[in-house]
Amino acid sequence: MSDKILLNSKKIQIILQRLACQLIENHGDFSNTVLIGLQPRGTYFAERIASILRDDYHIKNIKLGKLDITFYRDDFRRRDEPLSANSTEINFLVEGQKVVFIDDVLFSGRSINAALTAIQSYGRPAEVELLVLIDRRFSRHLPIQPDYKGATVDVINEEVVVVNWSNDTLSDAVYITNKKKK
Amino acid sequence: MKTLSVPNLLGIKHLVKEDIDLIFETADHFKEVINRPIKKVPSLRDITIANLFFENSTRTKLSFELAEKRLSADVINFSASGSSVKKGETLIDTVNNILSMKVDIVVMRHPDVGAHEFLARHVNTRIINAGDGTHEHPTQALLDSFSIREHLGDVAGKKVVIVGDILHSRVALSNIYALKLQGAEVKVCGPVTLIPKYIESLGVGVETDLRKALEWADVANMLRVQNERMDIKYFPSTREYTQLYGVDKKLLNSLDSEITIMHPGPINRGVEITSDVADSDQAIILNQVENGVAIRMACIYLLASQIKQ
Repeated sequence: MSDKILLNSKKIQIILQRLACQLIENHGDFSNTVLIGLQPRGTYFAERIASILRDDYHIKNIKLGKLDITFYRDDFRRRDEPLSANSTEINFLVEGQKVVFIDDVLFSGRSINAALTAIQSYGRPAEVELLVLIDRRFSRHLPIQPDYKGATVDVINEEVVVVNWSNDTLSDAVYITNKKKK
Repeated sequence: MKTLSVPNLLGIKHLVKEDIDLIFETADHFKEVINRPIKKVPSLRDITIANLFFENSTRTKLSFELAEKRLSADVINFSASGSSVKKGETLIDTVNNILSMKVDIVVMRHPDVGAHEFLARHVNTRIINAGDGTHEHPTQALLDSFSIREHLGDVAGKKVVIVGDILHSRVALSNIYALKLQGAEVKVCGPVTLIPKYIESLGVGVETDLRKALEWADVANMLRVQNERMDIKYFPSTREYTQLYGVDKKLLNSLDSEITIMHPGPINRGVEITSDVADSDQAIILNQVENGVAIRMACIYLLASQIKQ
């Protein structure tokens, strides 16, 4: 197998704990903060962060939503095939709240740009932060940077960073694979 | 990701089951969008859509226009009355003139059967049929099936009776195609004079006794009598039609099981259904109207995704 492992499950666990602690430092009891996982893959990551905050740090009333950005993307009609939409589940108001976007990999920044537009359909947030597991620096198309990041990687455009979340957390992994192989 | 198997939405007859599944799946997401505080997405902000209505329409036109605006498309409207059509301009010339203004999608209602098929052969644009004469009305049939799926969980295996003026109804024909494609059982019910010959060749049953039809059905789709399309008398009087084919609350309550009542509108209250039926919990008429916007957003979105930049 030529896939290169970037992070194994142990390292991912350490990073998740660190990111959760950083969030607590800035958001306290999360009474004015909402977590938004970006569909599709950011939602798994968001659920992991939320469960650490709940179970390990006993923070109650974590508000966690899922946001789909398919209809807000700027590459509609530029792709060979249209993207499948995912469900949006936001059962609370974001008006006046501190919003933390959670995504697994930050690449060009276009998804985050779309998410910033999409979230406005749910109200005007007081502020928006971005938390990512992997920051692919030097590949940004837009002036977007994460507020919290798990790890930074430098990979060429032909390579893809894949995050695998497993049910038991023991097989969690982040690896680099070649686009052409897929 | 799947795409529609057709470049235009001319009729349900041209679709396959996977197309309907894709449209419903997409409409589910748009239904969530139109129930948000801000009901708009920017997907179609570089698309221009022309609504060409050569025949009167209220709800279909409003529903399409709302769907287009909620997708952020630019919209132009045209109605035949007060246009150059009255001066003798042909359909192709009218449409070509509009297309010269760089229109990407045409939504058209036309009184002539096959007008859309004809146009699709002669102009290079995406066409959505919003009703062609007594032939097809695909988006209405899609929203009807979508409403059944939403209300009863699935369309497959459900028994649906279409009641009324089957002969002049494009809603009936498109519904028959859509329901059969999804595995529903379909019957039509109405006066013999308003049931087309050979309709059974489409795989539907015929029943002239309304009570028997309703006893059989899970869903009754009540159609309006289209007096404007009748050049001869098909039944003695509206009063007699209502007595034989109208549904009132007393009739509904006397049935063994509770059935769902649908109506594509506009309702003639007191003719095909009484007010207490139209406003009852068994009627899903207003759900149909709401679902119409989501279904039309899905159809437009999926066709627009085929227009490459």
